[in-house]
Amino acid sequence: MKLLVLIPAYNEEGAIGSVVQEVRSVMPGTPVLVVDDCSGDATIRRAREAGAEVLALPYHLGLGGCVQAGYRLAYEQGYDYVIRVDGDGQHDPRDIPRILAALEKEGCEMVIGSRYVNGSGSHTSLVRGIAILFFRAVLRPILDKPVHDPTSGFVGVNRTALEVFGRTFPLEYPEIEALVVLQRKRFRFLEIPCRMRPRQAGRSTITAMKSIYYMVHVLLGVFVNVLKYEGRRK
Amino acid sequence: MDRMLDVMAIFSLLLAALVLVSVRREHIRVEYSVSWLAAAVALLILSRWHGLLARIPVWLGVPDAPLAVLIVSCGVFVLVLYRLSLMISRLKDSNIALIQKVAILEFNLEALHEKVKAAR
Repeated sequence: MKLLVLIPAYNEEGAIGSVVQEVRSVMPGTPVLVVDDCSGDATIRRAREAGAEVLALPYHLGLGGCVQAGYRLAYEQGYDYVIRVDGDGQHDPRDIPRILAALEKEGCEMVIGSRYVNGSGSHTSLVRGIAILFFRAVLRPILDKPVHDPTSGFVGVNRTALEVFGRTFPLEYPEIEALVVLQRKRFRFLEIPCRMRPRQAGRSTITAMKSIYYMVHVLLGVFVNVLKYEGRRK
Repeated sequence: MDRMLDVMAIFSLLLAALVLVSVRREHIRVEYSVSWLAAAVALLILSRWHGLLARIPVWLGVPDAPLAVLIVSCGVFVLVLYRLSLMISRLKDSNIALIQKVAILEFNLEALHEKVKAAR
């Protein structure tokens, strides 16, 4: 079984070193790949110093393009599972073994680390909280099952999903649309409770001003993906 | 009305000339000039073919010819802009794929260098 821990990062010099170190201490021997989205700071150096391999994008692509580059590399290198952890330190690497175990045991294509399953939700802004409630309602009939934390970036995928995401992955705000892409392929996903922490450094890229654009953009993306359905569920 | 059609004809000729000069100077690639040249020709035909101009308001159900000319001109440019959006989207997809490929190739190259260094 080959596992890769993938950390997309953009200007995360303040947090990336400790995130990589934490991941390596929880998962010794597991390769850690930081995908740097053309940061203007010392993210690459800090990541390398902490012991990560770095896939450095020559131009800024945004979160989706950054994650997809990591998925493509992981697929090319024959990894069976990839677990994505955010570079800002919000995700607790101690949850990685549980996500991996769920991927292996349940056989589903994607496992989401959710801050809301079992009521463990915390450390989210009001705007993001509203967006999550809105998209829960939108996704419920599309996915045919509830999803508690559709914006979570703490996600594990297996090789089947890697192959699909290597070809098709939303470029901006990818988490919600990725769920619909999975549904289109009739893949299964599972949510498991995970701890979320405050950011260790830096600021979120999703400001209050951007949130309306975010909701419209993602809603349109979801709608387009629904139109692309390759077959209705029985 | 005649003056408006003359202005339209001059505008379409200027547009065609501008596009041709840009193509000659290699500021616009030939394949991307086609839409603009087609738009210029369409507007020129519209401004000179009075019989067609008399029929268009009837087809569109508008009361007068100037409004019909405006609607058709807008339609032509909307089509050109739509084609440009298609091209930009295709180019963006290609750029993203290329950027990712370059990054992956560099990553593999670095790994190879490390291996060679270690073997020496």
